[in-house]
Order: sequence, then C-alpha cells, then structure tokens
Amino acid sequence: MKLIIAYIQPHKLEDVKQALAKADVGKMSVTNSLGCGAQKGYHESYRGVEFDVNLLKKVRLEIGVNQDFVQKTIDTIISAARTGEIGDGKIFVVNLEECIRIRTGEKGNAAIG
Amino acid sequence: MNGGLRKMSGKTLIVSLLFILLTSGIATAEEAAAVDPVTAAIEAAKEEMQTNINIVWTCVGAFLVFFMQAGFAMVEAGFTRAKNAVNILMKNLMDFSVGTLAFFLVGFGLMFGATNGFCGTTLFGLSGVETGTGWNWTFLIFQTVFAATAATIVSGAMAERTKFVSYLIYSFFISLFIYPIFGSWAWGGLLDGGGWLEKMGFLDFAGSTVVHSVGGWLALAGAIILGPRIGKYGPDGNPKAIMGHNLPLAALGVFILWFGWFGFNPGSTTTGDASIGYIAVTTNLAAAAGAVVAMVVAWVVIGKPDASMALNGALAGLVAITAPCDGVSPMGAIVIGAIAGALVVFSVIFIDRVLKVDDPVGAVSVHGVCGLWGTLSCGLFNMESGLFYGGGIKQLLVQATGAGTAFVWAFGIGIVLFWTLSKTVGLRVTAEEELKGLDIGEHGMEAYAGFQIFSSM
Repeated sequence: MKLIIAYIQPHKLEDVKQALAKADVGKMSVTNSLGCGAQKGYHESYRGVEFDVNLLKKVRLEIGVNQDFVQKTIDTIISAARTGEIGDGKIFVVNLEECIRIRTGEKGNAAIG
Repeated sequence: MNGGLRKMSGKTLIVSLLFILLTSGIATAEEAAAVDPVTAAIEAAKEEMQTNINIVWTCVGAFLVFFMQAGFAMVEAGFTRAKNAVNILMKNLMDFSVGTLAFFLVGFGLMFGATNGFCGTTLFGLSGVETGTGWNWTFLIFQTVFAATAATIVSGAMAERTKFVSYLIYSFFISLFIYPIFGSWAWGGLLDGGGWLEKMGFLDFAGSTVVHSVGGWLALAGAIILGPRIGKYGPDGNPKAIMGHNLPLAALGVFILWFGWFGFNPGSTTTGDASIGYIAVTTNLAAAAGAVVAMVVAWVVIGKPDASMALNGALAGLVAITAPCDGVSPMGAIVIGAIAGALVVFSVIFIDRVLKVDDPVGAVSVHGVCGLWGTLSCGLFNMESGLFYGGGIKQLLVQATGAGTAFVWAFGIGIVLFWTLSKTVGLRVTAEEELKGLDIGEHGMEAYAGFQIFSSM
C-alpha cells in the first residue's frame, strides 16, 4: 500500500478528479495548501505598499492505493495536471503502514479499495 | 335700532337705507379686493410648498436609487467567485463615478436638452442654468442615478473575465451617449427635449426599457463578444455550475435593490402626492409575486427551491413592474410580477444551455428579458389603453416598437463597441490571469486576505 501525495495547480483539480474517476481511482482527500517552489511568486500591493507573495495557492491530494494502482494513479495525475509550465506541482509516494475502515474495522488492502 | 327707525321720517329712512346699501356695497367690494390677495398668497404658498415637497421627494428617490449601486455590487460579488470580488467592487464603484461625470458633462444634455429631432443639444454640464436653485439640479441628480443603474447592469454579465481598463471605457460610453440618446427618445419631454417614442405614446414610467433593457441588451452583447469563463462549458458543450461564493451577500444585495426600487418607481412620480403610495404597492406586489413564482418554478423544474433563482425572481418582478407601475391595478401588478418570475427562470436556463452565453449573475435575463416583458405588459395591463382593458392593440404595438428599438440600439452599439475594444485595447484578460483571479491580476490585491479560499474552480 502506498500513499500518494500530489501538489497540483488549483485550477487543474477538476481535470485530475475526472481523470482519476475514469481510471477507477475514486477516493481521495483534497485540501488547500500554500507552498513555494521553482515557480516565482507575484506582486501584490495594498494601499500603495508593495509586497511579494511567494507562497502560492496549491491543492494537495492524498490518495491511498494498493500496489497495483500506484503507477496508474501517478500517470493519471501527471497526464491531467501537466501544462508544461513551471508550477505544475509534485507527486510524493510514501509507504503506507496500515489502513483501517472505521465502519467495518476492515484492514489493509480490503479497506483501501 | 327699532326705536331709532320709528323716530325717522319716511324720507330719512329711504336715504338711510340707500346709504346703508351703498356703504355695504362698497364694503363688499372692498372685502372682495382684500380677500383676493390673501387667497392668492395662500395659493402661492401651497404651490411653493408642493414644489418643495416634489423636490424633497425626488431627491429622496434619487438617494434610494443611488443605494441600489450597493445592491448591485453585493449581488454581483455574491454570485461570483471570491478571487474576483475586488474586481466586481471596483467595476461597480467606477461605472458610477465615471458615469456620473460623463452624464453631467454630456449625457444629460443629449437626453433632456432642447432636441434637434434626433437628440438633445443643450444643457451640457447644465450650462445656462442658474446655479444654486431650481428644478434642474434635482432632476439632474435623479437622472444621474438612473443612468448609473443602466451602466452597472453590464458588470455582472461580464464578470470574472473582463479587462478592467476596457470596462472603464465601456462605462464612459454608456453614460456619455448610449443610454442618453435612447433615453431622449422616450423621456426627453420630461424637461426641455422631446422624442419620437414618447410622441407615439410609448409608456415606460420608470424605465423597464430605457434603463433595464438597454443595460440588459448591452450586457448580452458584452457577454457574447467576451465568450464564456474558462470551465463554464465542458468539451461536450454542457454548461457547468460555477457557484457564487457568498449567497448572504447576494441576498443582502437583492434586499438593498428591492429597497432602492421604492425610490426608483415611486420616485419617478417626481411629485409628492398619493401616487407614491400607490406605486409603492404595485412595485412591492410585483416583486413579491416574482420571488414566489420563481421559487415555485425552480422547485418544479430544478427540483429544489433554489435561492439564487428566487432572488433573481424578486428582481425580475421589480424590473417588469418598472414600466407599468403607475397605470396598472394591484392585480395586474401581481400578474406582471408572477410572469416575470417564471420568465426569469426559463430565460436563465435558455441563455445558459441553448444560447451558451455565460452570464454569471443572470443580468441579461433579469434586466433585458424582464425589462422587455414589463414594457410589453403596459400594452396589456394599462388600465386606460391596455388590451385587457378594452384599449385595443395599439398600445401594445407602440410598446413593441419601443422595446424593439431599444434592442436594436443597445445590442447593436454594444456589439460594435465591445468588438472594437476586443480588437484594440483587448476585452478579455489572459487565461492565466483568469485562473488566478482578477483581484490579483488586475488590482494586485485580494478580497479576503488571511482567509483560505478554494481557487480550484
């Protein structure tokens, strides 16, 4: 079992969600996040005072998957979220120790799907 | 007296009687001469009082209509996304401010100056009018807020994707000549002008056509030239919901507009008399009927009593009753508002799904379509000349002529103006800016600093 964490452009969320649904990956959690990376920030000004904003709005997806779904999920996210511009985001894959479904008490592979 | 009379001889009596008669005759003549100036003075005082009451009422009406700018700002901000809220507020602030200046300097003269047959040619900047007093200044402020209402209708339909500088240019032109020239045809005779529509007997008491349809058809032209927002239509062409970010603000805006309409319609009497109360009643009935029917229709068609549709329904009723409010019965007002409430729901769906024109706040449906309906309804429900009251079809045809002219004028000029802007200054922001939000792109600031907002749509 792996936990796939993806940071993507906010406006790509809808595309990614739909692509994942088509690939039979229907479960995920989504949060707002702020982050900085290779993408430069932008200028804001408030009452004439300028300042740089380098923490940009991103969306964070967390998807727990069984081994045979890992590559498919990653490929799907990449194909839907990629624009080719700096700022498209990153995907992290980490080992998942355990997964328990609260309603039934199921564990492991059975609980994820 | 009797004893005195008895002592008099017959001759003395006659002389005395003659004297009394004569003197009393003189007294009557003197009294008459003395009463006339008093009556005249009272009449003059009453007249002056009435004039001042008219001025006070018209100003109160103007101030209420001014407050509608806040209503429009809140409705439009509420029905659009958080990332574009600053932009919407700036558009509403600036179309009023730019419009006020353009209307004072040029528009008012074109609309109400002595006409050359096409439009007004005097009163630019109220030149030649004595400063300080007089009806013209009251009339100017009242008409300024009406012009600004027409201008601000467009900002909602063009929300979330229009270049700010292009919007400023549009604001300038609508108040400079687009609104005033059409207005001169229907309303010029309210002051020094006189237009061909009013001479035909065109009825538009407070501006279903002159204000709302003109704004609505310009909004339609703008939304067509702009194209839909990114993400509004899927690859298969199906419309997607782009939810407004703050329904409480939108509802506040609608209540403010409803409140302001008590200045818009009853204020248009420009007279402090009982007609104010009557027109307030017809206005209110139509708004209420519009809200109720829009809710019911949405409940049946969409499946839920959709709040945004019910809010649009109240506005639809108000827009529709704006033209006929002074000449219809209370029952007529209810029917006019009810039909507008149903019409607005179907119109929003039609424009969204069939025409595929992206109008984020429903401005074209509320102001264009229901303005058209309200104008035509004069020809049906007017208690003197309406078809349903035995007045024949003539009034309806005149109404259709006026409403049709408004469409050709406003939509035609709108297409030319917005197309020209799109080819020169550019009408639409870049896709990148649209995705990030116009607040940061156009104004470099956020409406909700310190809040986490989802900008994933």
